[in-house]
Amino acid sequence: MNEAVVYNYKTVRGFAWSAVFWLVIGLLVGLWIAFEMFNPALNITPWLSFGRLRVVHTNGLGLGFALAGVFSASYYMLQRLTRSPLAFPRLAQAHLYFFNAIIALGALSLFAGMNTTKEYAELEWPIDIGVVIFWVMFAVNVFGTLIKRREKQMYISLWYIIAMTVAIAILYIVNNLEIPVTLFKSYTVYSGANDANVEWWYGHNIVGFVFTVPILAMFYYFLPKATGLPIYSHRLSIVSFWALNFAYLWTGAHHLMLTPLPEWIQTVAMAFSIFMIAPSWGSVVNGYYTLQGNWDQMRSNYLVKFFIAGITFYGLQTLQGPLQGLRTINAFFHYTDWVVGHVHMGTMGWVTMIVSASFYYMIPNITNTVIYSIKLANIQFWLMMVGQVIWTSAMWIAGIQQGAMWKATNPDGSLMYNFLDTVASLYPYYQLRFAAGLIFFIGILIFVWNLVMTVRQEPRQAEA
Amino acid sequence: MGITSKPVVFALLATVVILIGTTVTVFIPLFMPSTQPVSAYIQPYTAVEQEGRDIYMREGCNNCHTQTVRPLRTEVMRYGEYSKPEEFAYDRPFLWGSRRTGPDLNRVGGKYPDSWHYTHFRSPQAMFEKSNMPPYAWLANNRLDTANSFKKTSVLGYGYSENEVQQQIDQYRSTVTNDNYPSKVSRDKATPPELQKELTEMDALVAYIQKLGRDVKNMEANK
Repeated sequence: MNEAVVYNYKTVRGFAWSAVFWLVIGLLVGLWIAFEMFNPALNITPWLSFGRLRVVHTNGLGLGFALAGVFSASYYMLQRLTRSPLAFPRLAQAHLYFFNAIIALGALSLFAGMNTTKEYAELEWPIDIGVVIFWVMFAVNVFGTLIKRREKQMYISLWYIIAMTVAIAILYIVNNLEIPVTLFKSYTVYSGANDANVEWWYGHNIVGFVFTVPILAMFYYFLPKATGLPIYSHRLSIVSFWALNFAYLWTGAHHLMLTPLPEWIQTVAMAFSIFMIAPSWGSVVNGYYTLQGNWDQMRSNYLVKFFIAGITFYGLQTLQGPLQGLRTINAFFHYTDWVVGHVHMGTMGWVTMIVSASFYYMIPNITNTVIYSIKLANIQFWLMMVGQVIWTSAMWIAGIQQGAMWKATNPDGSLMYNFLDTVASLYPYYQLRFAAGLIFFIGILIFVWNLVMTVRQEPRQAEA
Repeated sequence: MGITSKPVVFALLATVVILIGTTVTVFIPLFMPSTQPVSAYIQPYTAVEQEGRDIYMREGCNNCHTQTVRPLRTEVMRYGEYSKPEEFAYDRPFLWGSRRTGPDLNRVGGKYPDSWHYTHFRSPQAMFEKSNMPPYAWLANNRLDTANSFKKTSVLGYGYSENEVQQQIDQYRSTVTNDNYPSKVSRDKATPPELQKELTEMDALVAYIQKLGRDVKNMEANK
């Protein structure tokens, strides 16, 4: 073994703190808009109105928090799994600064109303160019390090990082092709039904390749690391990987059920959505079976429950998603809060769980410390868990209720409720959702505190 | 296994796998007639309506309002005729939305007079106590910026000359500032005195809202 490898952890740490920063900002905005949903008086200024803030929330957490977390963990896994330092450490550091500048500018531009309205691609064209540039900076280091690697075989996590790197480049560029009018305004090159089709191919898959693929990379790496147990089946992970990457791209149009998009595209999307259960559950099963015979670690190893809860919500998410993609079920649930609940089970229950567990493993490791408080981590886990379950359940019930009220008719065939009745009936759920969000947020604050206190400790003596 | 020790080959293979579904369900439909039908009865937006649409986008109205009526019985009863693909030929971007915190707007044009919209935008809660829509009174404090209107319509390919764009703007200004404008009282109440003879952002937004579904309704009426 060559002991001389010096890994570059500076950028890993920088991205970890960036992720934590954007997480807190994004959740604060989320709490604010959750309050606006039952108290419109909070729309104090144009900058604080719901229509502008909602995109700050989604972009801040999707591009800010999740991507920073992914970059942090990717740079870490990339080095450990190749047993090589980053190919271009100064480029990586520039990537860190440039990324944060673009996310900050992006947030400001969305506050100011520079919004292309294509969901999760709302940023205007100059910011889009910035995103493409920081993505290229990342990709150069991914492939540079892989080519220079000292470990011949690439582990599962590296496959997922490669898939994410190419997929996001394609998705982002194709969906954001636009013609500038001014520096702050552009129009997309696609129109009408085609624009909708391109957008939801993007919208569905950007979620897939930011919230699923790299999070699976973390899961496959950090679960074995944290438990000392090898992944149950290498073959299952191969099948899951290729099936997931093949099928994901066909499914975007399940966001467009019963719209003017040609019906065959909707139906193909529906079929592939059902197929997606298989590769998704391939990873779930692989995770569960990894712990076979060692389930006592759920009690003895505080990190294991983060991973197992996370993969369980991923499993539920990937059952719920295909089901609500079915045309008849979609006719009832689409456009209600049910879908909002669905998204947040994935982000709060899966993404944030796995990212925080990965950071708990990674940060003490690279700063040569131990976690400041396992007790605080346990409290954080339960606050996140309880907050998320109440949050999503409230939205599912609200969705069922509003869906039923929209459809309800009187005996003479007329509509039973006007639209406003259906909105006003949701306010109790919105209040509950806000309270649940607050519980989750307190859990996140404990997470931040625990990380800060961890790195403020004296490093342990280097082991002989 | 061979491929897991060849990162470049692996990346190329992943790209091919990703592009198969993309090509079949996204790239090929881009060039199929079924995704881009055109009909003579669908008119492009006027320059003022387009400015209104841009304000709709800027304020993120699409976060709470959809613009597509599905072919479902109760939905057609609530909103009107279901949406057809040709209606959106000039929509760049599409604004179908994904959540109905507020009602669908694809058939809202002509449903209420302009005065209704001026009063409602100023304070939704004054009209509907339980509404959670943000108030947009401040839109009437902003003079409409038409400096880029011609450039916008040419990028969008509406085929107006610079003169036509100016005419559309002047014409709409004279409509809403005329003493005989049926919604004058509500507009004056919403608009500060110094802007009452000008076009405001709220005027443009009302013009856009009244355009939604109008062509389809005209076609139905002429049947």
